[in-house]
Amino acid sequence: MSLSRRDFLKSTAAASAAAAVGISIPDDMQAAATATQDKWRWDKAACRFCGTGCGIMLATKGKGLNRKIVAVKGDPAAPVNRGLNCIKGYFNAKIMYGADRLTTPLLRMNANGEFDKYGKFAPVSWKRAFDEMEKHIRYALKKNGPEAVGVFASGQYTIMEGYAAQKVMKAGFRSNAFDPNARHCMASAVVGFYQTFGIDEPSGCYDDIELTDTIIAWGSNMAEMHPILWSRCTDRKLSDPNHVKVVSIQTYINRTCDLADDTIIFRPQTDMLLWNYVAREIVYNHPEAIDWDFVKKHIIFAAGPVNIGYGMRRKGEPSLTPARSDGSSGRYDAKEMQTISKEMSKKVGSREAPALAPYGYNEGEVMKNSAGTLKHWHISFEEYKKSLEPYTLDYVAKVSKGDPDEPLDAYKAKLKRLAALYIEKGRKVVSFWTMGMNQHTRGSWVNTLSYNVHFLLNKQAKPGNGAYSLTGQPSACGTAREVGTFCHRLPADMMVKVKKHRVIAEKRWHIPENTLNPIGNQHIMKIHRDIEDRFIKFAWVNVCNAYQDSASAKHWLKAAREVKDLFLVTSDGYPGISAMVSDLVLPSAMIYEKWGAYGNAERRSQHWRQQVLPVGNAMSDTWQWVELSKRFTVDDLWGPYTLRNGTKLADVRGAAQAMGYKGDTTMYEILFANDRAKTYKADRVNDPIQRGYDDSEVFGDERNVVGSDGKVFKGYGFFIHKYLWEEYADFGRGHGHDLAPFDVYQRVRGLRWPVVNGKETLWRFNGEYDPYVKHFAGPNADFAFYGPIAKNLFQGNLRGMNKSLGKKGLKNKAKIFARPYMDPPEMPDAEYDTWLCTGRVLEHWHSGTMTMRVPELFRAVPEALCYMNPKSAQEKGLKRGDLAWIESRRGKVKVRVETRGRNRPPRGLVFVPWFDEKILINKVCLDATCPMSKQTDYKKCAVKIYKI
Amino acid sequence: MNHKQEKVKSYRQPLSKSRRGFLGTTRNIGLAILGGLTWSAYVDEAKANKLLLRPPGALKESDFLKTCIKCGLCVDACRNRNGNIIFDDNGKRVGTKDPTLRLAVPGDNKPLGNPFFIARENPCFMCDDIPCVPACPSGALDILSVTNKKTKKLDINMARMGLAVVHKESCIAYWGLQCDACYRACPLMGKALSINMQMNKRTGKHAFLLPVVHSDICTGCGLCEKACIVEKAAIFVLPRELAMGKVGTHYVKGWDKKDQQRVGVAQSIHTIDKRSEKKAIDKLNNPGGLLDD
Repeated sequence: MSLSRRDFLKSTAAASAAAAVGISIPDDMQAAATATQDKWRWDKAACRFCGTGCGIMLATKGKGLNRKIVAVKGDPAAPVNRGLNCIKGYFNAKIMYGADRLTTPLLRMNANGEFDKYGKFAPVSWKRAFDEMEKHIRYALKKNGPEAVGVFASGQYTIMEGYAAQKVMKAGFRSNAFDPNARHCMASAVVGFYQTFGIDEPSGCYDDIELTDTIIAWGSNMAEMHPILWSRCTDRKLSDPNHVKVVSIQTYINRTCDLADDTIIFRPQTDMLLWNYVAREIVYNHPEAIDWDFVKKHIIFAAGPVNIGYGMRRKGEPSLTPARSDGSSGRYDAKEMQTISKEMSKKVGSREAPALAPYGYNEGEVMKNSAGTLKHWHISFEEYKKSLEPYTLDYVAKVSKGDPDEPLDAYKAKLKRLAALYIEKGRKVVSFWTMGMNQHTRGSWVNTLSYNVHFLLNKQAKPGNGAYSLTGQPSACGTAREVGTFCHRLPADMMVKVKKHRVIAEKRWHIPENTLNPIGNQHIMKIHRDIEDRFIKFAWVNVCNAYQDSASAKHWLKAAREVKDLFLVTSDGYPGISAMVSDLVLPSAMIYEKWGAYGNAERRSQHWRQQVLPVGNAMSDTWQWVELSKRFTVDDLWGPYTLRNGTKLADVRGAAQAMGYKGDTTMYEILFANDRAKTYKADRVNDPIQRGYDDSEVFGDERNVVGSDGKVFKGYGFFIHKYLWEEYADFGRGHGHDLAPFDVYQRVRGLRWPVVNGKETLWRFNGEYDPYVKHFAGPNADFAFYGPIAKNLFQGNLRGMNKSLGKKGLKNKAKIFARPYMDPPEMPDAEYDTWLCTGRVLEHWHSGTMTMRVPELFRAVPEALCYMNPKSAQEKGLKRGDLAWIESRRGKVKVRVETRGRNRPPRGLVFVPWFDEKILINKVCLDATCPMSKQTDYKKCAVKIYKI
Repeated sequence: MNHKQEKVKSYRQPLSKSRRGFLGTTRNIGLAILGGLTWSAYVDEAKANKLLLRPPGALKESDFLKTCIKCGLCVDACRNRNGNIIFDDNGKRVGTKDPTLRLAVPGDNKPLGNPFFIARENPCFMCDDIPCVPACPSGALDILSVTNKKTKKLDINMARMGLAVVHKESCIAYWGLQCDACYRACPLMGKALSINMQMNKRTGKHAFLLPVVHSDICTGCGLCEKACIVEKAAIFVLPRELAMGKVGTHYVKGWDKKDQQRVGVAQSIHTIDKRSEKKAIDKLNNPGGLLDD
């Protein structure tokens, strides 16, 4: 089947794909370059900002150097947004033209023009920039091997950028210290998908919004974070206001609560109690609601260890050594160690004890934590049922009620109504979440808990029904997850630790077997920690702002400047915090200054063409990676290495020679300018896709940028974007990740993969919609959860596994997990008496490097505020507008108190957004992570707030 | 006008004749001191710019101009208000930001010396302790108008500096875009400014989220105007007199018990227009050309 489909795809004329998306595109909205008013050229693109994936049209005017973006409009043909945008999208045309755009490489130098870690930034050529990078990468490799070369990667890379970077890092440098900011954003969702379905990404699509009867937002402020999706939710509610129900489940009242029939304010972390409560209501009190036919056929039950820590630093790591008698350890003071010590062991608390009882833990008992593990095993339904026993309404309501001023009975009534909505026969339910459930020290668990409820009721992977993980970033799905720009991943859900997967990648990349490094443990926090541990010696920040967006920021900022032989590079459009602490800053081409593609949260891949030339000497991240690859040869990189944990990387230079490479063959020749790449012709005459458009990487451009070799860059001479796309897409074709040909995407408004026989897939795992169900489970299958990961498990019970019972396969089945409520590692106490939750505001994107440079958005929200309950403020002697210190065990920042407005926390909780580099709230946040996904919990730590 | 405003109005003290006289004198002295060059500017600017926004608690514009002694104490209070002071990391005061309130200077084209604010540039942040009002020595800023009668505490929500008005054609929310920046900026979000949700028939699956101002709650602080993200604000604050219409007293909403309060003391009704201006008997006796062919 897969072969014929692939052949079909190859032969499919691009035009047929437009019909495949099911909408006819009026002639005047064709993306193709056509003459329009006043010599404006309108062409399609995707919005730069969130994971919604709105389509836009850009108007450019002028020729060559003078072509500039003059206007933007929502793309009326785009199915996601039908011509609408939020206010960030409204300003897409302005984000590239801030007055302080970086236009030339900048290096810290002394008076003699030599690199000096403590010198001032001064302009240098691209050649000098690459000379310095090459020198410091060679130093890092020599000093500590491939693991000493790290990259802070991104969910905002274009797909081609991410793929190019991945090839250089993993195939070239043999380093897996390559992890995206998407780790901070989606990693828990991914573990949830892998553990439950065996394959990443949502089963449903945005059409669920129009088809459902119930929208439940779990810790997600969709109204501000996904405004276009929320306007679709609002429309659905308005279409049938009495029948359609909306529930907003939050730790503070926010904009999303405006539309809600019920707002449930819960104590941070206790969303796990709520999910288990709903499951208990089903299993104990409404067993008739369980679709046993579905469950028996398609579901198994599972459990895993609970003593897995909190993803913080562990004893013995260099920066935690030595432990001193005053309680401090290494670079961490005694206060910080109060929290970090819980990583090694903790006392079972009174709130979590009832939930942990079925797993064999009692209140007050010391729980010794191992480092996080993904391990899990089969259990029986009876064991699962036993795990739910503690979640009575009384227990759940008592522990989870988040507003001390709300009467308990009123809160209980809301929980009952919530369960009733899920259980109601025939009622369709969509559960949405984003960072609330992902940025969570049990994020992987709470993600799996969501599917439990939907599976028991057979309300998953069906139109209008399903637990639905939304994404924050524009290509967290498309690039970070699908391309696999994580330390442990390869394209199309393959893993670096699996030999078979490495072999597949090595073959496709034409590199010797055993080149790829099997140890993929340097997730984004580990990269920071490895720098602080003086282990990583070269690091590169790509399309993210790793020094503003990481918790416990003080440690990483200090390390960046204090580790003498660390060479830190930041590529960016603007000078952000990461650039400020770097040694070399590279000017990157921004979104519409390059060809690109993004993938959104409904598996929709969208492409755009380069609309204008980059400003100054800025060049794309793809170009930067490809140029870097020219500096390293087979002999430089493919000799033997011994990794930190003793694993040996083989000397593959001989194998490389056998493949026809020489010792001095560059990575550029192997990974980019290879035979396949050259079949994608650079042709602006005959190729309708390229005709009329700039392509700075392929042809160079009128700026005559002096490149990495000191000569004017004249282009690669082959159509590198198409090459990267097609080579990457081949990984997934025939494996449930099928992407259409490059040219097709230039003509349509995105397609939801798998794209099979020219058709996109709306609901995966459902036989009516997903052709892979029949492929894997036969022509009569109604459902097949066909993901291949973790589909052969040992057996056991809630307390552990029993290897003697042997393994059992679960082909095409999904899992329901028993997972208890557990306390987070840091909770308010007498001194640090308040919860801190961080997040975003609608007006600003992430660290604000782009949106804070749009004057209108800056004026609308010029600074981050500390949203606070008026009673709490009064208790602390704070007035609205006062500047206050907000301080945790890790650091403090000054912030203005706001007791009115968009976010209204209950007493005992404050919310501070993180977009504002002047209010670096991540100095206060804790770098505890879900120990399975390694995603940081930015939503809860303990702080005190006091007047300056 | 709602109940609360009625009360506010009743607190306002009529100016005594002697006080008026005193103010008149000081004003004249002020004029006399001004140099000849600024005199002509003063004359123009003294003609009260009707579009000015005054501090919280300001009397009616004509009374305000007569009462305000241009001392600038309200401006000082605004400059030194909580949250306007700049501290260094040790908590030491190192300066202030520009205050919302400022005194008109020649060239502002506004009555010289009186306090005002420009919402788009620097709106009123609605301080809970309203420092500008108690600072006023002349009563031009009427403290009773912003004092809760029951609690005797200052209540900035009672201020009526102006009224926000939405120009629908330039408000992108009315295009269907998801903005509501003004709504999120409103300190009385959901009360003074709410969102009217309507289905978007063009797209078939999105909703309009339209800002709607409620004149009975809006204080005219201007935070919405500042936040508005279009080139020239689509939501802006006007003095209430200019921004509000008025319904006559002869009709009461039959479905709203409180509406009778709006009518207040209704007058007996006597009307006259072109049709009714002649006496009935004169009209009957002068049929004019009624029977002409």
